[in-house]
Amino acid sequence: MTLSKEQSLGANSVGIVTPQTMQIDTPLLLECGVSLPSHSLVYETYGELNAKKTNAILICHALSGHHHAAGFHANDEKSEGWWNELIGPDKPIDSNRFFIVCTNNIGGCHGSSGPTSINPETGEQYGPDFPIITVEDWVSSQALFSDQLGIETWAAVIGGSLGGMQAMEWSTRFPNRLKHAIIIASSPKLSAQNIAFNEVARQAIMRDPEFYEGRYFDHDAKPVNGLRVARMLGHITYLSDDMMAEKFGRDLQNRTLIDFSYDAEFAVESYLRYQGDRFADQFDANTYLLMTKALDYYDPAKAHNENLREALATAKADFLVMSFTSDWRFNPERSREIVKALQDNKLNVSYAEIDAPQGHDAFLMQIDDYIDVFQSYMNKVAV
Amino acid sequence: MNQISHQAIRPDFKIISDWVSTNAQVLDLGCADGSLMRHLQETKNVYGYGLEREAKNIAKCIDNNINVIQMNLNDGLPSFEDKSFNYVVLSLTLQSIKHATVLIDEMLRVGEEAIVSFPNFGHWSIRLQLALGGKMPVSKRLPYKWHDTPNIRLCTVQDFEAFCNNRGIRILESRVLNNNFETTLTQKYFPNLFGSIAMFRLSKKRKISQHTTQEP
Repeated sequence: MTLSKEQSLGANSVGIVTPQTMQIDTPLLLECGVSLPSHSLVYETYGELNAKKTNAILICHALSGHHHAAGFHANDEKSEGWWNELIGPDKPIDSNRFFIVCTNNIGGCHGSSGPTSINPETGEQYGPDFPIITVEDWVSSQALFSDQLGIETWAAVIGGSLGGMQAMEWSTRFPNRLKHAIIIASSPKLSAQNIAFNEVARQAIMRDPEFYEGRYFDHDAKPVNGLRVARMLGHITYLSDDMMAEKFGRDLQNRTLIDFSYDAEFAVESYLRYQGDRFADQFDANTYLLMTKALDYYDPAKAHNENLREALATAKADFLVMSFTSDWRFNPERSREIVKALQDNKLNVSYAEIDAPQGHDAFLMQIDDYIDVFQSYMNKVAV
Repeated sequence: MNQISHQAIRPDFKIISDWVSTNAQVLDLGCADGSLMRHLQETKNVYGYGLEREAKNIAKCIDNNINVIQMNLNDGLPSFEDKSFNYVVLSLTLQSIKHATVLIDEMLRVGEEAIVSFPNFGHWSIRLQLALGGKMPVSKRLPYKWHDTPNIRLCTVQDFEAFCNNRGIRILESRVLNNNFETTLTQKYFPNLFGSIAMFRLSKKRKISQHTTQEP
């Protein structure tokens, strides 16, 4: 039975998808006080919207994510969507039942308004002048997007990690606009250690001589080394000690003996360098800075005397919260705080603490218990 | 985390359903696949959560349309506020709880009332197996051998009544059932000898203020 499930998940995909862009001309007042007169969001959809428009699901992406959550782009076999494991025909987020939507959040670097887009007031690239965006701003932007798409109520808003924060924010800001919120490997706020990791990543980028205070594009430069180090650090925190031990151990890379050099001698070094290079090629440094800040800032309990129960009191949705035992970046204790606040509000909530060695990145993967719980819950999501 | 085989709708579920009031808020500890909570939701429109440790049961609970929270009962109920539920239920799970005293205290902290059921180790067949057979008893309700049993807190009806008495716990109601979940005359008159399953509805004894305890 496990085999057939894996087979079906692996084989089924939403196929070739084409991103679309929505221009939003309603002004968006940001938390930082700046008002964006207009902005655009690039997005993808999978499956068909039903006549009553009751089967729409919003997917919120994480730190370095984007709108391409499932399927493939034309003529690019390597362009698998970041959540292709979970979204598709007969997968937990089933494109046969649901109309699934994923946007690239504002501030991103994959086509939505952000540091790489042109400031209409100056005719030049925003770069570091693009305002710092918060989770609250993302949800405001997604709400305007929903209006224009004609979706009054989402059957579910789903996100992992930073995406889970957006799902939580949706549930309290727009309680009548979603039936279910699914919050995976997330947290009601970052810990000091989390913020510290983000700060090291930011410093790696900002201290790169090619950064030029964020105006690297004016100098035909790019802080690739800073981005590489930032990503390498991030990547370590997304895996677990056990997983790295199992995956790499102390294996050497393309050699049988150490050669007393600073090359990537160990397999883990080689892996991290590869991940860093790949990321630096495709990600914008200013966006990375901005998105880590959005993570750091999110703290819905702060305005309620640090009381998360009060912060979530306006929510009406049903919740599914999931965490992974080996996730030390957003550990299960953080998810339990969310669950406690929801249960103290007597909201419908189910919580699964998935025993998995893959660390924070587990939320992106096919793990039997995770898939089973996700699938069962999604079966309950009425359309 | 119930370690005892289940049937479709068990008669003890019906008794629990009779005991709880309509629209009550219920916490079911060790809710297994959620069938008790589902039954209570359907018969008494209760609202609440099942708590369950086993990963394989979480999806089943969700299939049963109940709220389930995956957690280990051996850590107590730290995430639940005092008197936040009308009833906290521990159905045929007591025997596998490491810190049973702590958990029962926790149940009466979180719930206004607690409902506890357990297999009675004082049943005549169990006594007979030990007395005459000289071996650790194995029964329908307690099917494990001594070396692989999860059931580490076996007690009899008398033991449990004494436990409640010593800890200031009031027994509001109790039922003793035979193996077919029925109460016949033998269970009624000799509960500890003929009862296979014991069920108790409990509350904390009200603290009596000095005022009323003074002799006139």
